[in-house]
Amino acid sequence: MSDIPAENLDRKPARDRAAAYLLSRHHFQWPEALPWIIAIAAFFVFPDRMTFGSQVLVMVMFALSLDLILGYAGIVTLGHAAFFGIGAYTVGLAAARLGWSEPISGLIAAGLVSAFAGFITGWFLLRYRGLTLLMLTLATAIMLQETGNLRSDFSGGYDGLPGLEFKPLLGLFEYDLYGRTNYLYVLAVLAIVFFFVRRIVYSPFGQALTGIRENVKRMHAIGSPVHRRLVTVYSIAAGIAGIAGALFTQTNAYVTLTVFDFDNSAKVMVMLILGGTGRLYGAFLGAVVYMVLEDHLSKLSPTFWQFGIGLLLVLAVLFARRGVLGLFEDAGQYLKRFRS
Amino acid sequence: MTANGAAAHIDAAAFSFLYRNGVGLVPHFAIIAVSILFDGLAYAMFLFITSVGLSVTMGLMGFVNLAHGAFAMAGGYVVVTLTRNLGIGFIPALIIASVTVGAVSVVFERGLYRRLYKATDLEQVLLTIGLAFMAIATATYFYGPIPKSVPLPEWLQGDINLGFRTFPSYRAFLVVLGVVLIAVLWYAFERTNIGAKIRAAVDNRRMAESVGINVDLLFTLTFAVGSGLAALGGGLAIQLFGLSPSFAVLYLVLFLIVVAIGGLGSLKGTLLAALVVGIVDTGGKYMLAEAGGFFIYAITIVVLLIKPAGFYGRE
Repeated sequence: MSDIPAENLDRKPARDRAAAYLLSRHHFQWPEALPWIIAIAAFFVFPDRMTFGSQVLVMVMFALSLDLILGYAGIVTLGHAAFFGIGAYTVGLAAARLGWSEPISGLIAAGLVSAFAGFITGWFLLRYRGLTLLMLTLATAIMLQETGNLRSDFSGGYDGLPGLEFKPLLGLFEYDLYGRTNYLYVLAVLAIVFFFVRRIVYSPFGQALTGIRENVKRMHAIGSPVHRRLVTVYSIAAGIAGIAGALFTQTNAYVTLTVFDFDNSAKVMVMLILGGTGRLYGAFLGAVVYMVLEDHLSKLSPTFWQFGIGLLLVLAVLFARRGVLGLFEDAGQYLKRFRS
Repeated sequence: MTANGAAAHIDAAAFSFLYRNGVGLVPHFAIIAVSILFDGLAYAMFLFITSVGLSVTMGLMGFVNLAHGAFAMAGGYVVVTLTRNLGIGFIPALIIASVTVGAVSVVFERGLYRRLYKATDLEQVLLTIGLAFMAIATATYFYGPIPKSVPLPEWLQGDINLGFRTFPSYRAFLVVLGVVLIAVLWYAFERTNIGAKIRAAVDNRRMAESVGINVDLLFTLTFAVGSGLAALGGGLAIQLFGLSPSFAVLYLVLFLIVVAIGGLGSLKGTLLAALVVGIVDTGGKYMLAEAGGFFIYAITIVVLLIKPAGFYGRE
């Protein structure tokens, strides 16, 4: 028994270490509580800015859904607003045309409808890459917008569906003037969605997605069903974007066709890039920083705000490709090396 | 994000009213068909002139340049400044604008773009969207958000009589200019040494480099020419659609569609795609003005689903 080759002895601990590493990634670490503590603290610190707060949380969820496909699976899309819009209009049309104004069931319906739309479009579009995929996703979103405009008798067109009313949450909580109920509602939904996404990302399925992002050819070579995986994650992300859109309609009590705008797709991408892709909390940081900056600067001067966003993007691509969170990581590693 | 009102006459609504109410069916049918073809042709020439550079540079380097519309917009504003503030004629202003923008674009290419040739699609998209945003903001700062117009020389105003009916002179001028440019570009692309090098590099960049073609230099050259042509397109577009800062993204989508369905790096493909988009969009707006850009996007999706690399692209 003593003649086991030395490398065999080495291999087992290495495999254990790898397994332990994967498991430890899945465990919650204390810094992960930070965004949630801040979100709850914001509720008490800015009680009169809760309408804005809800908008920020909605955008966090939208950016999170994009992170799943862009950050993890590496699908570059210019039409993610399509699903946000589908969710927003599912809830809006149901309330305005069918009188279906119960919020939670509306939310679920919006998620399912968007996920189905993601499945259908993803099935066709995810065979393509590069410019073709960019144009197809972009065209899909604008087609939806034009269809809505064509049937403006039904959709309300660019004037939108104003003055929607929704039943109290769970039949218990009325909406207040300051949007506090809405804020807690959105926060609760965001928490559920976030833990769902986190589970996906750290599952073997999530690892396969990262593999597809890093090297599609190798994933094909090891027999991974690449197209099926991509369509699955695209549908999930579409569903989450739809839920974000539904929350957008519910918290604003109105919706217009501008939700399908290219600007909306570009905005959410900018948020995610600024925060950092493929790292879950990038969506939080990016959306909050973007929305707060926009809130302050665009009132001051919309022109400078637009210039600033453009400059930020250029600088981010040239110097900080992994976003603000990536910068933090680099700084942390630099400090570590500096100490030792 | 649609090119609202693009290429459609002011009387498009009246036409579509007549059309649907069946007033004088046969003659109107012919009038409408001729109008659609003619306006569509003029529109297609604008699309071709503006997009052809984008197609060739994308074919050469695979670089996704979303700032191409910004170069077109810059050309438009240079023309506005030259004609309105300095009193230079429209045609000289067009030439000066395209040369200036072409020269300035080299600075961007050498300074920024070349760092990202090997980068991912996403990074190229982000850099160039960033540049487009900055360009829009700069234009808004100096020129304001209100659409600008440009004074035309007398011979471009009014209508031109072609015997069986009259056409707006400006659109006729666009068609003639487009045909001339197509001939020049075709000659440069198919019959000159540089054109042969470009075609070789689009086909197989590594092979072209290994036989001693300086693809980097070639790219800078085509980038400058492409941006210059985009600026020319921007200047020509003022009279058609009016020029506002949002031009940089509003029409970018159309240029990208032309490039994508034509096939990267193909002159023939770009021309065919420009004709299809121009005529379909104009036709759609005559027949069903409310549909906006619906038909263009429908065509885009159908073409790309069947031929992902476009009409004449390499699979």
